[in-house]
Amino acid sequence: MQLALFWFLAALAILSALGVIAQRNPIHCLLSLVVTLLTIGVLFIVEGAVVVGFLQIIVYAGAIMVLFLFVIWLLNLPVEIGPTGHLALKFFGSVGAAALAAEILVFVLPPHLQVRLSAPPPGYGSIDSLAQKLFSEYLVAFEVTSVLLLAAVVGAVALARRMPGSGAEVRAAGAQAAPGADQV
Amino acid sequence: MVPLTYMMSLSSAIFAIGVAGMLLRRNILIMFMSIELMLNAVNLAFIALGTELGSMDGQAIVFFAMTVAAAEAAVGLAIIIASFRNRETVHADDLTMLKW
Repeated sequence: MQLALFWFLAALAILSALGVIAQRNPIHCLLSLVVTLLTIGVLFIVEGAVVVGFLQIIVYAGAIMVLFLFVIWLLNLPVEIGPTGHLALKFFGSVGAAALAAEILVFVLPPHLQVRLSAPPPGYGSIDSLAQKLFSEYLVAFEVTSVLLLAAVVGAVALARRMPGSGAEVRAAGAQAAPGADQV
Repeated sequence: MVPLTYMMSLSSAIFAIGVAGMLLRRNILIMFMSIELMLNAVNLAFIALGTELGSMDGQAIVFFAMTVAAAEAAVGLAIIIASFRNRETVHADDLTMLKW
């Protein structure tokens, strides 16, 4: 039963991951990515990491993907009409990615990878055990993460702010012959 | 229980697809999505190995990786917006101002 679920989810994940890199319309790519992330979240839950799986679905497939969606809408991107980039780059890129996949698979397939040391203890993956870990062993990292998020928020606002005299602002002012009155 | 080999193979396949997207696509947003794919492939490997070892460390690391990915997405998208505002393009080959 679990194995059948795994095969279904794995096929879905790989197909939608291919959809991310193969489609022309960025919105379609993003929707494929959401499917991939949801699938990976369900796989986390199948593996017993229930809390992290739900976090993945809420934070990743929810919040971060909405951020991407807003940015795509904001930029008003055109659909790419033809293939872009050099043919040589495409060729070597494909060969390189295939070689990397083969290389990783060598290390992942059985003769190299045998780690099973112990069965998961009871309560594995529960919010209790995760919190025990986060607030004892990883306490410093946890606190530093909050500073990182603060820095990221400040940095994102500072970068995306419409600055007076920037390119778009000057163009808009030139087109309408009036300075933007809505700038902060 | 799903065998570890299956999980790791899936993880490496998704990682390779992310690398391929990074190398083959020139749209910055899609390159960024490929980075997210690679991050998630590695997270999947962490979870699978953590379950295999019966240790919560893998899940804690995935938790931190997700937080860092959220910060990275926010800043990265802000950079994309800022560069689009100035250059009117999301094509990576057009952003060559730092090229000598």
